[in-house]
Parts: sequence; structure tokens; C-alpha cells
Amino acid sequence: MEGLDFIKACSAIGAGIAMIAGVGPGIGQGFAAGKGAEAVGRQPEAQSDIVRTMLLGAAVAETTGIYGLIVALILLFANPFLG
Amino acid sequence: MEGPKIYGELFGLPITQTLVNTWIIMVMILVVCAILTKNMQKRPGKAQVIAETIVTVMDNLVAQTMGKDKMRFAPYMLALIMFLAFANTAGIYGLRSPTADLNCTVGLALMTFFMTQFFGLKSKGLGGYLKGYLEPMPFLLPINIIGELANPVSLSFRLFGNLLGGGIIMALLYSALAGLYFFPILIPIPFHFYFDIFSGLLQSFIFTMLTMVFVSMAMD
Repeated sequence: MEGLDFIKACSAIGAGIAMIAGVGPGIGQGFAAGKGAEAVGRQPEAQSDIVRTMLLGAAVAETTGIYGLIVALILLFANPFLG
Repeated sequence: MEGPKIYGELFGLPITQTLVNTWIIMVMILVVCAILTKNMQKRPGKAQVIAETIVTVMDNLVAQTMGKDKMRFAPYMLALIMFLAFANTAGIYGLRSPTADLNCTVGLALMTFFMTQFFGLKSKGLGGYLKGYLEPMPFLLPINIIGELANPVSLSFRLFGNLLGGGIIMALLYSALAGLYFFPILIPIPFHFYFDIFSGLLQSFIFTMLTMVFVSMAMD
């Protein structure tokens, strides 16, 4: 059973490493929010349009982070290597 | 957070928790619609004002995002956002949300995908539709096809990942709190507020917005 334990340990480490993907969307969404605040400051009357566009862009930027999350979830809960 | 339970079989198809919760949500939406549209009059009562506001807001959103000429999509988009809003906030009334199951989100994303293909083909004609794959350069055809197929994948995984991630964090929080001597009732409330209400409604809005953008982009 040593091999199985090794696979489990490596899967847990892999899940942790996969979640490093969360850094990218964090930076991207922060950038989008900063630009959104800037745009609202410059043009407060267009606030609803700006917020809508910003949320859409933030959601698209989030996709890569979600892919990382799904890889981590597969490694933790539906591990293909354990057979 | 556990996977959806399987309750039984109907004509050889498994009845999962997702399916049952979807039925419950369908009943809830029907009840809400029946209450809001009961006894409609020229001079609206309270319920009718709410119903009219919801329809007007959605009509304005569709008109802004897709253009005035595509107003016929507004009923579908309102139905989609209603279902998603109820399904994503199912955690606060104790149901496992149906959108935390990949089968449900892939179904919704495939509906969007086939809508983009069908309405793109219908409004551009066969020649214009096929020519769209050869732009800007003919040798980019494989990349265009991959890009087209990536849309439903990213749509479904975004919704699924957000909802399942929120559910897992809530389950971890509850299992951590259950280990204490007494149960602190106030601690889960802000987490429910964020993961169920804020994140759920935001994701339903985003799914609907992206559907609108994809369909209107495919059409013009």
C-alpha cells in the first residue's frame, strides 16, 4: 500500500500547486476593478454601464482560476490515478 | 460537499438530487409567477408592479446589450436568469444547488452554444456563417473552431466551479464549527451572504450576460 499512499500525498501537493493559478485572476480582477474605479471617477454618470462591463470582464478573467480550482477538485475528490 | 445523491431510476435514467432540486425550483418559480401575475389590472397592485419592474429591467438590459432588433430573446433571457438566480441561491434554503452539478451547467451552456450556432447560421446565411471561420486568415480555421468549442466549456466550468467552490468552503466551515463545544450561529451568516447570495446572483447575471453577448455577436 506504500505506492497508493505516495500517490495520495503527491495528489494533495498537486492540488495545492494547482491553486497557484488563483494568483493570475486575482491580479487581473484587481486591475479591472482599479480601471473601473478610475473610469467611474472620470465619468460618474456612466457608472452602471462601467460596472456591468467590469463585472463581465472580471468573470472572463476568472475562467483560468476556475480551471485551476477544477483540477484541484479532481485531484482531491475524483482522483484518476487511484484507479 | 458531497456529490448529488441518486434516489432511483425512471425509464432507466437515474433520478439524481440535482434533478429533484431542479423540479423544486421549477415549482417555486411557477408559484412566484402565479402570485405576481394574479389578478392583473390596468391600474397595477403591489405584486403587479414587481412583475412589471422585473420584465422592464430585463427588456432594457436586452435592448442595451443585444440591440433593439433582438428583443425576441428577452423572454428566454429572463427565464434563464430567473432559473439561475433561484438555483444559485438554493444553499440558503437548504437545498444542494443544482448548478453545483456539471450535468446541469453543461446543459445550460450547450443551449447557449446551439443558440449561437443556429441564430448565426440563420441571420448570416450558410456562406457568411462558414466565412466567419476563415477570418481574419484562412489558415486560422482550426483556432477558430477550437475557440468556438471553448465557449460552452468555459461557460459551464465557470458556473460549476464557482458554485461548487462556494459549497465546499461552506461545508468546510460547518464541519470546523461543528467541532466546537457550542455552535456559533452568527459566524456562518456573512459567509452565506457572500457565497450564496452575492456570488450566486453575480454568477447568474454573468451567465445571462455572456449568453446575450455570444448570441448577439454570432448574429451580427
